[in-house]
Amino acid sequence: MKSSLVVFLKEVRENLRDRRTVINTLITGPLFAPLIFVLLINTLVTREIDKAEKPLPLPVIGADNAPNLVEALKQQRVEIKPGPADAERAVREQDADVVLRIPPEFANAWNKGEPAQVEVVYDQSQRDASSAVARLRGILEQYDRRTGALRMVARGLAPSVTRTVVVAERDQSTAQSRASNLFAMLPYFFILGGFVGGMALAIDTTAGERERQSLEPLFANPVPRWQILVGKLGATTAFAITTVLLSITAFAVVGQFLPTEKIGMTLTIGLPFVVHAIFVMLPLVLLLATLQTLVAAFAKSYREAQTYLSLLMFVPVIPTMMLSLMPFKTLYWMYTVPLMSQQIIITRLLRGDDVPTSAFAVCFACTAAAALVVYALALRVYHSERLAISA
Amino acid sequence: MIEVRDLHKAFAKVIAVDGVTFSARDGEITGLLGPNGAGKTTTLRCLYTLMQPDRGEVLVDGINAAADPVAVRRRLGALPDARGLYKRMTARENIAYFGRLHGLDDTTIRQRTDAAVAGLEMVDFIDRRTEGFSQGQRVKTAIARALIHAPNNVILDEPTNGLDVMATRAMREFLKRLKREGRCVLFSSHIMQEVAALCDRIVVIAKGRVIADESPDALRAQTGEANLEDAFVKLIGTDEGLAA
Repeated sequence: MKSSLVVFLKEVRENLRDRRTVINTLITGPLFAPLIFVLLINTLVTREIDKAEKPLPLPVIGADNAPNLVEALKQQRVEIKPGPADAERAVREQDADVVLRIPPEFANAWNKGEPAQVEVVYDQSQRDASSAVARLRGILEQYDRRTGALRMVARGLAPSVTRTVVVAERDQSTAQSRASNLFAMLPYFFILGGFVGGMALAIDTTAGERERQSLEPLFANPVPRWQILVGKLGATTAFAITTVLLSITAFAVVGQFLPTEKIGMTLTIGLPFVVHAIFVMLPLVLLLATLQTLVAAFAKSYREAQTYLSLLMFVPVIPTMMLSLMPFKTLYWMYTVPLMSQQIIITRLLRGDDVPTSAFAVCFACTAAAALVVYALALRVYHSERLAISA
Repeated sequence: MIEVRDLHKAFAKVIAVDGVTFSARDGEITGLLGPNGAGKTTTLRCLYTLMQPDRGEVLVDGINAAADPVAVRRRLGALPDARGLYKRMTARENIAYFGRLHGLDDTTIRQRTDAAVAGLEMVDFIDRRTEGFSQGQRVKTAIARALIHAPNNVILDEPTNGLDVMATRAMREFLKRLKREGRCVLFSSHIMQEVAALCDRIVVIAKGRVIADESPDALRAQTGEANLEDAFVKLIGTDEGLAA
């Protein structure tokens, strides 16, 4: 076992001297995701806030046909602008988020006490405009209700006569769970970090040694091959887990500064989150490192190994994508599947949902077991005679 | 002492070693001579247990390689044809790595490294990173790390590959010193002059079989040739694959 330690220390020391690997592990890998997130979320949040608080610019066609309505709009902080000649084109070409068209018949219908129609022209596929549309709709509906109630009172009726069913909504989402939708992709970035952090070493310790013709002399030493493999795996895992640790910590720190409360969301990403996330990521990092080592062992050169491992990077993406796009109920068996269970647990932690202790244990054990299986396969490859002989 | 008995090794359809038997004794330099593709490297790989023979036995100091390969590797120092070094480490660190894998403590490693530095004239580059080393510097470092554990049996696969004249002479002196120390030295070559100059015993291999296993004088007598080179050509049947 001591030989494994010798191999481990040598691999770590040697790779710490490689500037590119170190930068990848300590800087690029961990910080990439949190930085992207901060930029993204910040942009999103500030824009939504601006839209909610600032005056709503609204081009209106035929404002003269409904002066009272226009006045009411102005009181709701709507900035009335002259309407375009072609409302439909203006909206399609995104010159305006939404256009209000008041037809000449409005005044007539209004004075007769009949329903007076206005047209709200918008493009539903423009997601950016949806809050403006919703805001206008809300203001118009509010005006409708208010004037409707006044008319009822004028006729001697109580306005509540028309309200037959009252719907009380009980939304079960919490501020925290709403926030987690934003961060559905986050577990993927942690997993990617684990992948990228150890990739250089996985290649260097197998295909790299083969290419440099140093594997055969290494095997001439009186050390069983499994001990050499364990040492190399340990080094790969150490680098990968460092990246993941930094990634999670960086996210926890940076996340504190996100203005998510302003849009009614909260995130608990303090120390408990970090500890729990690291715990479930540990066996996964080991599994990824072992998988990378296994795949790299088949390559005859550094370049070939890089190609194989780049293809392998798509494997963790699949369950992650599935889970983030199609949210479904968490069933217990999902905790036994590596990658999937980490994704689910981290997402639940972000949402502030409870994760049973047994789930943690099952996730850890099953992922560790998968790592062991892959290790056994890697060991078989390591014992092959062809391995040490360079192409 | 190295003993090889009826070794057989094939790779798919290619029969590399087809019944090789010979011995290499302590205090002697034994040369494995043969053309390219004769099976020398494969035989040596079976000796330092990188490969397992399909049939036959390998005994090093009486230990059977099939039964206890790790013990065999402990008693061997091998310089394979692949002698890559770790570029980001110094020559000293490369040697120390292997020393630690052998379980040696740091003091012993330092002492033996210093001895190797003196013996192989490595003082100019011992503390330099091995990136950019010349062929000669690489081979010296590779030998130093292969012998850090002071093994009794030394196996070298084409040791003078790519070396210039001065380095080749230095290698020759080095091997003679190992012999004087009473070690068993076995090296393979396809360069006749080298083998003729050094060996107490020559094992001639061609097409996976041992053609002859004699001292240089006996070989000359056996083939009736005054010149060792002619003797070899006569034995092998062709001079293809041999270098002067």
